[in-house]
Amino acid sequence: MTRSAGRVTPVQGSPWARYLARYVALAYVGVMLIFPVVLILWRTFRPGFSQFYAWVSTPAAISALNLSLLVVAIVLPLNVIFGISTALLLARNRFRGRSVLQSVVDLPFAVSPIIVGVALIVLWGSAGALGFVENDFGFRIIFGLPGIVLASIFVTLPFVVREVQPVLQELGIEQEQAAATLGSNSWQTFWRITLPSMRWGLTYGIVLTTARTLGEFGGVIMVSSNLPGDSQTLTLLVNDRYNRGAEYGAYALSTLMMGVAVAFLVVKTILQVRRKRATRAA
Amino acid sequence: MTRSFLGNRTGPEAIRPELHQPGSELPPPPAARSFSRPGSPSLRFGVTMLWLSLIVLLPLAAIAWQAVGGGWQAFWLAVSSHAALGAFRVTFAASVVVTIFNVVFGLLTAWVLVRDDFKGKGLVDAVIDLPFALPTIVTSLVMLALYGKNSPVGLHLQHTPPGVGVALAFVTLPLVVRAVQPVLLEIDRDVEEAAASLGASGPRVLTSIVLPSLLPAVLSGAGLSFSRCIAEFGSVVTIGGQVPGKTEVSSQWIRALIENDDRTGAAAISIVLLAISFTVLVLLRIVGGRAAKREEKAA
Repeated sequence: MTRSAGRVTPVQGSPWARYLARYVALAYVGVMLIFPVVLILWRTFRPGFSQFYAWVSTPAAISALNLSLLVVAIVLPLNVIFGISTALLLARNRFRGRSVLQSVVDLPFAVSPIIVGVALIVLWGSAGALGFVENDFGFRIIFGLPGIVLASIFVTLPFVVREVQPVLQELGIEQEQAAATLGSNSWQTFWRITLPSMRWGLTYGIVLTTARTLGEFGGVIMVSSNLPGDSQTLTLLVNDRYNRGAEYGAYALSTLMMGVAVAFLVVKTILQVRRKRATRAA
Repeated sequence: MTRSFLGNRTGPEAIRPELHQPGSELPPPPAARSFSRPGSPSLRFGVTMLWLSLIVLLPLAAIAWQAVGGGWQAFWLAVSSHAALGAFRVTFAASVVVTIFNVVFGLLTAWVLVRDDFKGKGLVDAVIDLPFALPTIVTSLVMLALYGKNSPVGLHLQHTPPGVGVALAFVTLPLVVRAVQPVLLEIDRDVEEAAASLGASGPRVLTSIVLPSLLPAVLSGAGLSFSRCIAEFGSVVTIGGQVPGKTEVSSQWIRALIENDDRTGAAAISIVLLAISFTVLVLLRIVGGRAAKREEKAA
């Protein structure tokens, strides 16, 4: 980006056009993004921090936070394990249908969260295609924790794969082969060579998965029974509070989740800088 | 890479391209050599397929099965009901308007972020991704704080179509910017300078040199923005308010159908939305690919 800065191109020859473009773009970002977010922060903290704390520490809020974290704790390891396995398969093997598999991995990006909910209901619901799991074995998926987990895994499935796969492909297999030649077994090679070299990609994949799982709403609202204190995640509680007229409570929780979003942006920026440095060093 | 890059990048796979980096379409891997890694390839293949089928393919197949299970008549009834058509109309009108808006301002923003230089540019660049990081229900409340009944700017958009529009514009803001930005960064500026030295005016250079080479990127971003708009739910629920025929979008209608236990109807509408989303993305990919080829030939 630095190489382009300061070099005047014919298109922006006149400084007027240049300033006009700059300030229109800044106004756009300011009005569309920054102003709304600052406004909600101001509304949250205007009544004082104690008020904010009181609303985010109610029993319902605590149990919603616990549930959301529990979902993350289940979704994250599964996505990491199967994501790395899928990425290894796609990056290191040639087989028929590889491009189809790649498309299937990316498919969740193209599906609306609401449609994910419908899909899970018509598959796992008591009247669904695999309804026998609930009817005969008494294992409730829809309107229970498994439904929330399945919806969250669906929407976050591509993240780890898409972050890890390019790294693996760039890395090649020479180092792994060298390690194998020197007598390390395949697990040693994986822990000492493969995993360390994909750590940045994996970290970013984990950050994306966590942020999306905590923030998922559409898919979760479809498959949760939405009982406060029982099956209400943070996003569902925000919606519930708003619908019950407890607007301030909804704002307070939103601000809490916005903190997660900001942390996400900070981590993302740090990782980008590190990556750039790594490529420059290479 | 600049020219062909976009054709690769577009695709149904990339609706939520939070994690798209330039050149994320990868070359095929080198031929597998027999070399041991944890789990043999065939085992890994089996496990991966099982996992993907269970999580992604089976649920989507179940939707198709449910949609056609009631017969063609039921399917047609569900997608042509008054409420369904009203929801489709609202969804598409809002999506088209928001996408055009995104293209205009996304191009301008990407341009400023790449070609201009000012204090705080890095911060603006980082903030662009905020809508990706913010949970959609939080977006909805943010929009409500700004345009709801206590609006500090006197704009009352709750339960109006423009309210749906601003929410959609917020969540899709990064898409065009992030599609155009890397291409603009890679563009060869010598061509622009050559054109100028041959006497072309600034606007002329912009319309006949810069914009044509950005076209594939713009189309890709527009396709992503449109698909995201027709799929959106969380950010429009509270600001939109689900007024039938006015602010009720298709995803809200699907949810209403499920709540009334009309699973066949919900599956039918879902199939239509999925089909439209895929078609738009594939069409734009083809058009974008053609434009990229023409560019390459001209170059």
